Amino acid sequence: MTITLNGAPLQTGATTLADLLHEAGFGPKVATARNGAFVPAGLRASTPITEGDRIEVLAPMQGG
Amino acid sequence: MPVFYGTEVASALMLGTAQYPSPAVLAEAFRASGAGIATVSLRREQGGGQDFWSLIQGLGTRLLPNTAGCHSVKEAVTTAHMARELFGTPWIKLEVIGHTDTLQPDVVGLVEAARILTEDGFQVFPYCTEDLGICGRLRDAGCEVLMPWGAPIGSGMGLNNPYGLRSLRAHFADVPLVVDAGIGLPSHAAQAMEMGYDAVLLNTAVARAGDPAGMARAMALAVQAGRAAFLADPMAPRDMAAPSTPVLGKAFLT
Repeated sequence: MTITLNGAPLQTGATTLADLLHEAGFGPKVATARNGAFVPAGLRASTPITEGDRIEVLAPMQGG
Repeated sequence: MPVFYGTEVASALMLGTAQYPSPAVLAEAFRASGAGIATVSLRREQGGGQDFWSLIQGLGTRLLPNTAGCHSVKEAVTTAHMARELFGTPWIKLEVIGHTDTLQPDVVGLVEAARILTEDGFQVFPYCTEDLGICGRLRDAGCEVLMPWGAPIGSGMGLNNPYGLRSLRAHFADVPLVVDAGIGLPSHAAQAMEMGYDAVLLNTAVARAGDPAGMARAMALAVQAGRAAFLADPMAPRDMAAPSTPVLGKAFLT
């Protein structure tokens, strides 16, 4: 299926958000959102990935 | 030293982490500044996030994540939740931007987002204007700190409305107040502290200086000088001269 990961289209077989993070090789220090809603780390394994999902994976970054 | 939500911080200088020429220069500037709080953000992970996390953990400061770039209440609230988990703090520098060119806060959205986040246990540091009515609404929404702008973010113009900032200080005498944004020079930081502000938050003035560590040191000294001056109860200005040397006893030499 095709989803959007951090703004870019992605073909994935991942069925949960936790799988997707693993598959895409993200480091441990990230925060996630699915279709505009925050997904706490503890819910990633039970959050399904479905066709057309918009997933955001954010990390600590410089800020003012 | 300033106390925010029951936590005393070691310095009245709060420093941003953006726009430095390199991570090493950032770390050097923080050491020179003695800043007690570092502002940070969160963005799409493109490979640098994990290293940046290591870097900021080594700064020895508290972290204040922001919601920079958020233009709606929903965006800001969601970003705040992500920041709380990522950085492990209930502190959030709440920005709801209302205007693209001036980065002026959308104060109506700001009050609404502040209320939602406070009810959810966040400790909100709102980036606001110096408007007394809006600051009153932010207090009603649960904000125990107010952070009025000095001038538009990154402009370095200093304190555009000293009257408004003085008025805010007088009106909210017991509320920690921080001038956030617009500081370009140490004299601007000192001016805010001389007015009785509890802290200043700046980033570009240090990060974009030719010598960021040198400017960080200058800012730290200015903040200390301004605070000491406020505590020393400055004289009131007057329009006419008043001779400082005694007139009595002057020789008659004409």
